[in-house]
Amino acid sequence: MKELSLHILDIVQNSIEADASLVTIKIVENLTTDKLIIEVIDNGCGMDKELAEKIKDPFVTGRNTRKVGLGIPLLYKACTRCDGDMEIQSEVGKGTRISCWFKYSHIDRAPLGNITDTILTIVAGNPQVDIVYLHMRDDKEIHLDTREIKRALGEVPINEPAVLSWIREFLKEGFNSLYGGANI
Amino acid sequence: MKSLKDLEEIRKRTLDTINLRKDQSGTRIVVGMATCGIAAGARPVLLAIMDEVEKNELADVIVAQTGCIGMCRLEPIVEVYRPGEEKVTYVKMNPSKAKRVINEHVMQGKVVQEYTIGAEEK
Repeated sequence: MKELSLHILDIVQNSIEADASLVTIKIVENLTTDKLIIEVIDNGCGMDKELAEKIKDPFVTGRNTRKVGLGIPLLYKACTRCDGDMEIQSEVGKGTRISCWFKYSHIDRAPLGNITDTILTIVAGNPQVDIVYLHMRDDKEIHLDTREIKRALGEVPINEPAVLSWIREFLKEGFNSLYGGANI
Repeated sequence: MKSLKDLEEIRKRTLDTINLRKDQSGTRIVVGMATCGIAAGARPVLLAIMDEVEKNELADVIVAQTGCIGMCRLEPIVEVYRPGEEKVTYVKMNPSKAKRVINEHVMQGKVVQEYTIGAEEK
């Protein structure tokens, strides 16, 4: 994948497939320790220990339509080639937490890319799933919680075009403050 | 600054259109959004479709996502279901092709043959 935000979109699809009602996406850019951490935490159906241990293997998958699954293996490769690693914690009936990290300045690390488009894609296609998006860069942070948005909207669905535009603008402002107004 | 208060405004403004949408059973557009689709560029295709639907105020169109359709080499794949018509599968899509499909197929009922799976697999 050309952007880490595309990996995030892909991993969140797993959470949705696992019937999660809440997915937390957490990004930490720590420039002091030269580390980029991405976490996707869901409350979906989870995996048993055996599957969770093998899931980084492309020939292991939770689905039953075919025998390969590339989402996690691709992200796993992406972080290990950048002096990073991946950790998967999962419990049946409780959910899954995928944490991966990269050496921030590694030459092979793909850019985060367009996170806004990833979040809009998730929200537009899965209005029933709640998303918490947390993005920290040193001492600054962005925080978006679709549960708060839904509360303010009442009966208006979150995937209304006007609402998606609002989310786009909200994130744009957030990224501007995160990156000091520089375009990313 | 964007605040949750803006959403109250949106709520008031959009209530009428929503009721309109509920009453109509219109076209369904489905974009494959699995690993293969995402890697091939499904995200910008989906967003272009949503943009075009909004721009043309197509209140009776639903844009949805699905997993892997099983033809990964033809991704990004977009399926169009118009009421009373057969499903049309478009393959190897990109944002500009998607716009054409909305303008010609979804809005005017003319299938864009050259982008369909039938034309690709000839």
